[in-house]
Amino acid sequence: MSLLAVRDLAVARGGLRAVEGVSFSLDPGGALVLRGPNGIGKTTLLRTLAGLQPAVAGVIEAAPDAIAYAGHSDGLKPALTVTENLRFWSEIFGGPDIAAALEAMNLRELAARPAHALSAGQKRRLGLARLMVTGRPVWLLDEPTVSLDRASVALFAAMLRAHLGRGGAAVIATHIELGLPEAEILELGPYRARETRRESRPAGFNEAFG
Amino acid sequence: MRALLIRDLRLATRAGGGFGLALAFFLIVCTLVPFGVGPEGGTLSRIAPGILWVGALLSCLLSLDRIFALDFEDGSLDLLATAPLPLEGAVAIKALAHWLVTGLPLALSAPVFALLLHLPGPAYPWLVASLILGTPALSMLGAFGAAVTVGLRRGGLLLSLLVLPLYVPTLIFGAEAVRRGAAGADPVAPLVFLAAITLATLALAPFAAAAALRVNLR
Repeated sequence: MSLLAVRDLAVARGGLRAVEGVSFSLDPGGALVLRGPNGIGKTTLLRTLAGLQPAVAGVIEAAPDAIAYAGHSDGLKPALTVTENLRFWSEIFGGPDIAAALEAMNLRELAARPAHALSAGQKRRLGLARLMVTGRPVWLLDEPTVSLDRASVALFAAMLRAHLGRGGAAVIATHIELGLPEAEILELGPYRARETRRESRPAGFNEAFG
Repeated sequence: MRALLIRDLRLATRAGGGFGLALAFFLIVCTLVPFGVGPEGGTLSRIAPGILWVGALLSCLLSLDRIFALDFEDGSLDLLATAPLPLEGAVAIKALAHWLVTGLPLALSAPVFALLLHLPGPAYPWLVASLILGTPALSMLGAFGAAVTVGLRRGGLLLSLLVLPLYVPTLIFGAEAVRRGAAGADPVAPLVFLAAITLATLALAPFAAAAALRVNLR
């Protein structure tokens, strides 16, 4: 039983098809690394998988409430402390306690600090710790290691491996080596959409009038 | 749901949260009007119901674009949209939080500002009642407007133009209730209409706002 299966998926950004014909399936414990040049549609693909935008064509099969998405922004409130930020997401997702997440990303010493006083790397660590408190099996990670130092990348890789060990799965768009030899690699280059015709309707208000 | 409400209230009351902005603006309107139209009690008490309601409405308008814009910028809105909480519920909760930090304080403090405008004595309870019944509609309609314009640069301008016509019925019946209260007439009929508008808004706007958010998050 796969956690996430994708068949012949096509996604569009700004009304233009980005990639098409993508198929893969993820079993518990599986990790998939998305590779490809800037602008090929890694973020668009992840946002489509997360359900934030509709697929242009193809099928996405996932259990309801299985997916946790972590995009470029961490969803942190500068005025709240590390603990308050994390506890909020834990309560919203009905996930597990935040202690393990604080421990996993080495945030315990920063627990009482307001998020506006964190460095970029510390914010990212908090954003990644949020994934643990969602309690969801499939993580979609968009460039998770941006602004992390080498030690934090190792922490993150350990957290990710523990998640996979618990039967989770992850789709990761990244350019650096995470030290996950078991991860499959999907080069998106060959799936680049051939014709760049516009989809007939604008995707949203911003696009139509912005 | 409770977690979201508590977070929004906490954010609003912490430094830089904008709590008190609406009240300060309301105070400014109510202090400037007597200087502008002259201090005769007769003139002031005749226009007081309208000025109080217009002032409250504009104060509500001031902080509307913050309902979703901040969450959109820091990525929280993406995460809320993928959370188990239905987006309609999140919209309703955020509008409720907006009302608790703007509409409710406005309604409770309005009698003090009404003194500055020589509002006739019998109108005071009706002023508070009409604002308590009417301002939830202002927050909910505002949340709809904020959802439509989220992510737009300078969306605040478009937002104001968008919700202004939607605010007109609430303003008409709200000010009418206070005016009738001041004149000693029966203000129940406009209050009932006001309540009906608020209830219809609370029932419909969350769905419209959530649909608009889904489109804008693409």
